[in-house]
Amino acid sequence: MAERIQLAHGGGGTLMQQLIDQELRALYADPAQVLHDAALLQVPPGPLAFSTDGYVVQPLEFPGGNIGSLAVIGTANDLAMAGARALHLSVAMILEEGLPLEVLRRVVAALAAAARQCGLTIVTGDTKVVERGKGDGVFLTTSGIGLVEAPEPIDPRAIRPGDQLLVSGDLGRHGVAILAARHGLDLVPPVLSDCAPLWPQVQALLAAGVRIHCLRDLTRGGLASALQELAVAAGVELAIEEACLPVAEPVARTCELLGFEPLHLANEGRFVAVVPPEAADRARALLAAGGGAWIGTVRPATGAGGRVLLTTALGTERLLIPLSGELLPRIC
Amino acid sequence: MAGRVTELAAELASTVSRPWTVMEVCGGQTHAILRWGLDQLLPPGLRLIHGPGCPVCVTPAERLDAALALAARPEVILCSYGDMLRVPGSAAGAAGADPVAATDLLGARAAGGDVRLLTSPLEAMALAQAAPDREVVFLAVGFETTAPATALLLRQARALGLANLSVLLAHVRVAPAMEALLLEPANQVQGFLAAGHVGAVMGTAELGQLVERHRVPVVVTGFEPADVMAGLLRLVQLLEAGTPALANAYGRVVRAQGNGVAQALLQEVFVVTDQPWRGLGPIAGGGFALAPAYRHFDALGRLGAPVVGPEPAAASPCISGRILQGRALPAECPAFGRACTPEHPLGAPMVSSEGACAAYYRYRRQAV
Repeated sequence: MAERIQLAHGGGGTLMQQLIDQELRALYADPAQVLHDAALLQVPPGPLAFSTDGYVVQPLEFPGGNIGSLAVIGTANDLAMAGARALHLSVAMILEEGLPLEVLRRVVAALAAAARQCGLTIVTGDTKVVERGKGDGVFLTTSGIGLVEAPEPIDPRAIRPGDQLLVSGDLGRHGVAILAARHGLDLVPPVLSDCAPLWPQVQALLAAGVRIHCLRDLTRGGLASALQELAVAAGVELAIEEACLPVAEPVARTCELLGFEPLHLANEGRFVAVVPPEAADRARALLAAGGGAWIGTVRPATGAGGRVLLTTALGTERLLIPLSGELLPRIC
Repeated sequence: MAGRVTELAAELASTVSRPWTVMEVCGGQTHAILRWGLDQLLPPGLRLIHGPGCPVCVTPAERLDAALALAARPEVILCSYGDMLRVPGSAAGAAGADPVAATDLLGARAAGGDVRLLTSPLEAMALAQAAPDREVVFLAVGFETTAPATALLLRQARALGLANLSVLLAHVRVAPAMEALLLEPANQVQGFLAAGHVGAVMGTAELGQLVERHRVPVVVTGFEPADVMAGLLRLVQLLEAGTPALANAYGRVVRAQGNGVAQALLQEVFVVTDQPWRGLGPIAGGGFALAPAYRHFDALGRLGAPVVGPEPAAASPCISGRILQGRALPAECPAFGRACTPEHPLGAPMVSSEGACAAYYRYRRQAV
């Protein structure tokens, strides 16, 4: 019989100790940490960024990653959006009774690999087990701190009319990978999740002296939701050129088939950058290496409040509206 | 693509000599028109009326109400296609309706019902085989595009003798609905853009008969911007020439004889029946019923007809019936974007990726 998680693995007794010793210890940069109730940290001087996020995803494993890689990279990316290099992370796991141990092992391996990839250390954690049927395999919560390296505050309130908008890579790969896995679509070749750390691209912009007014990672809701949030927060109009949006052919085709907009699909390794006009060329050149592109311009708000205006590839105009409700495939 | 569309728009402008009112039947075409702003490229005088070709919009409310009632039963696994899960039943928006009762299938799921989303009907068979102690009910909706897949499911289920699978059948036929619209005394439609996907299955014979009987031009076309524009150009050419003919502007997908395998499946498993369309009322020959050899798969027969909820109250401001008949535009509805949004739809056209209200809301140019 396959080894599975049992309630006693979260019970505080010997089984729990075995689970930590045999399966989880490898997560920690300093294995002695796990014997302590709290991590003791030495952080370099300077402002810190702090972020937390809960991760629930079905399926737990998908083309290009699993919930473990998402949980580390997602929180590190949130820190990167504040101009911060991720330093330390906590990982809390809620496991469902009956979870095959081999799945947990793959999730733990992905957590450890993603931590190495992001150059951060996992310093504290927690494990609980809930009864079968009361969880969805694995829920993860990660919290992280990072050292802010951006010289100026990166904030939606710093956005000004005339600023230029860029994306860091092509759109919608993670959303398509998840939908394909969830609905059993065998895409050939498969579309892999774009799950990847954003800090290297942010660091490249900062190292080149590019002034950054705002960054926003494109997660659930895709580019459409991120732009809407920025437009409302900054009280401006964002004018986007559809023809400039990078969307890979297999993503575009899958969207057409299922009735989705690539701009509504989730990403886990993409961000939008808002930079002053004089920084746009430099930023574009740096982001182009990762498939990034210029996508539009910030204008003063025309009416009450912010909005996003999209010029289609045909030159017609419409508002870009955030996704409403769940993404459900169309019928015919 | 942009160049081709611009060319077609210029040719359309030079072809139109007087006002014409045409209907694009398919909701996929409506969405393409709004999504790409094709209506902004049309010459003045060429008016588009949006048709009823939205499968979830026209699924009879009583069928959905029955699905909601069945989904509340502990032994039932109720499954259907994505968009159908969000469509409000007849109790939604009705004055005096129980505020806690589920008005759509997502609500039924939140209330504890076992509601599953399928992308293929054959998944229902796998569900039934994996859970022999449960009753799997497939709410089968859609036009001739999805009906053959339901037929295939039932043929395989019959061959396997599956006893715990049934269907709530709500498949509808497009050509009879087009005919019903032409027979309306207030009809303004002078020509149709017919749906390419239905044509791919059914061929063009039914549409040819429609042209002969009613002397209106019909052009079969697709869903990409250039397909829609090429279809409109062909339709306007026929109107300007006074030629009520059938044309196929989607030859890369639609053949005159259609898909023989799919048609044979439909013939084996279904019989044509009169059917109510939500918003349009009863339509002669407007739907499919189970053929005698398949009647034991009828969910209502097997599980008993559930008590159907309250009739929609006259107080609901939703005008989806008039929108589905092409007699009103979504923005003319007092509830559009205010009481009725995709988050809280009062009518099915606000839900679907083929519904006209959803297209106007999603691709609007102004704040509501």
